[in-house]
Amino acid sequence: MRAFAWGAFVLGALYFVLPLWGMTEFSLSMRRGEYSFDAYRSVLAMPDFQATFAFSAFMALVTIVVGVLIVVPTAFWVRLKVPELRPVIEFITLLPLVIPAIVIVFGYIRLYNTGSWLPLTGTAMGTNLLLAMGYTVLALPYMYRAVDTGLRTIDVGTLTEAAQSLGAGWATILGRVILPNVLSAVLSGAFLTFAIVIGEFTMAALLDRPAFGPFMQRLGQDRAYEPSALAVIAFAITWGCMGLIGLVSRTQKHTRAAR
Amino acid sequence: MSEAAAPAAAAPRAASGGGGASRGLPGGRWLGVLPFFLFVTLFLILPTLYIVVGAFRTTGGGWTLQNVLDLNTRSIRNAYWVSVQVSFWSALLGCLIGFAMSAAVVLWGLPRWLKQPLLTFSGVASNFAGVPLAFAFIATVGPAGLITLWLRSDLGVILQAGLWNVPEGLQWLLPGQVRFPRFTILSTWGLILTYLFFQIPLMVLIITPAIEGLRREWREAAEVLGASAWQYWRMVALPILTPSLLGCMALLFANAFGAVATAIALTGPALNIAPILLYAQIRGDVLGNPNLGYALALGMIVITAAANALYVWLRARSERWLK
Repeated sequence: MRAFAWGAFVLGALYFVLPLWGMTEFSLSMRRGEYSFDAYRSVLAMPDFQATFAFSAFMALVTIVVGVLIVVPTAFWVRLKVPELRPVIEFITLLPLVIPAIVIVFGYIRLYNTGSWLPLTGTAMGTNLLLAMGYTVLALPYMYRAVDTGLRTIDVGTLTEAAQSLGAGWATILGRVILPNVLSAVLSGAFLTFAIVIGEFTMAALLDRPAFGPFMQRLGQDRAYEPSALAVIAFAITWGCMGLIGLVSRTQKHTRAAR
Repeated sequence: MSEAAAPAAAAPRAASGGGGASRGLPGGRWLGVLPFFLFVTLFLILPTLYIVVGAFRTTGGGWTLQNVLDLNTRSIRNAYWVSVQVSFWSALLGCLIGFAMSAAVVLWGLPRWLKQPLLTFSGVASNFAGVPLAFAFIATVGPAGLITLWLRSDLGVILQAGLWNVPEGLQWLLPGQVRFPRFTILSTWGLILTYLFFQIPLMVLIITPAIEGLRREWREAAEVLGASAWQYWRMVALPILTPSLLGCMALLFANAFGAVATAIALTGPALNIAPILLYAQIRGDVLGNPNLGYALALGMIVITAAANALYVWLRARSERWLK
């Protein structure tokens, strides 16, 4: 049994290590006969790389802000006032996992085209907004679950009453009482959102936005070594985001233990 | 642990607490969830409904079933069939390998310190999908990939041709050339191999809690009654885990079925699978009928929704034991 277990584990691990090794090795071998960082230098110097990466990073930030603004008040309000709505809201937030992103963006293109009642795709700004909304929808399942789990660990009712009796309005309660208490949950959701948005391809390509995902795909068609360098960079970003999530959830455990 | 019990206890308190401000106006309770419903209506529900309804309309505006019936052409049927095969095999293999890795660490006596790195890595790898993943596999098993070249130069195995020029040292055992099924990354099996990179870690993440839910008492009870390890697995552990395993498989199936970016970056438009056909249809109406495009999208929703419904139902069944 033990030998079988080791065999299964080592074979599985090998399957994961080989592609990572392959892309790293490939990304370093642009110069013939020796390892070099030429592919990375070449990628980082591309104006398109800088522009698309900045665009996608900015999109990710907008998505996180919109997501927090929608999810935190809703999850708070549902816990406090309308708990009977919880199953409905939970179901809706899981829908983006069921409906493929390509179908959602297909709907956007037809529903918000230039001839429609809300012609968002008519302008670059409007399309950017639509893309940010689409990303917020994609991030909704993760964001909602993270925040709802965070709210579960605090006593929403008592905190709200205490704040109200001290004269706080809803904005103060949300921004200065609830948000700080679920901050690590919000940050977890935010980092995961960043990891999803930064390399997203389907929505950005179909809405024809200059994002990082479509840039990577185009580069994959014309270049040999640079795509591997991009893959290494993308893997590092994903790893970084997951590491940060681990970090904030660990910090939270400490504060909870101290209380 | 205590998380499951908390909402039940907190809900009544939350409902009665802090209600002073808006009790006066009727419906004020619902005002707080209005932004959420407005958002999901505009950017999730309406766009999806538009597609679903469009699938049942003619270009003139009347109602029809013709679009759905028109899906039954050779190329569309073929696209769905290849998609189903890719999703099925990547889900099945992902399930088996993910289960084996998780069980190896949790149950079969591998050092416990391996568990946390495995879960951390799974969190990263299950999110490492899309374009960069395709690049990683092209660099590894693509035409000029690391493994492809190594197999060719050191072992004489030519993957693309399905040919093995057996080295001299082995020729007393085998003929000079051995033929085997061809493999390229631009094929169905290439896609399956690539999808496994996010399927296996997803499986590890969702099955580990279920495997940890197997109680030691059950195993001890089986042993006391004289069961062998094999009998314990066949008659106790596997029946308990079966709903979880099938549920995970349904989830993995849906996960693979909706994936677009990896396939496009890997094969371009070369491979005829449902998401790529839909992508081409959205870009340039390749089917020559917008409403047929809606029907194509509807088919995708139906398949992923059915797989997810199966997952939810099976998970509810598995929770009878594993809680």
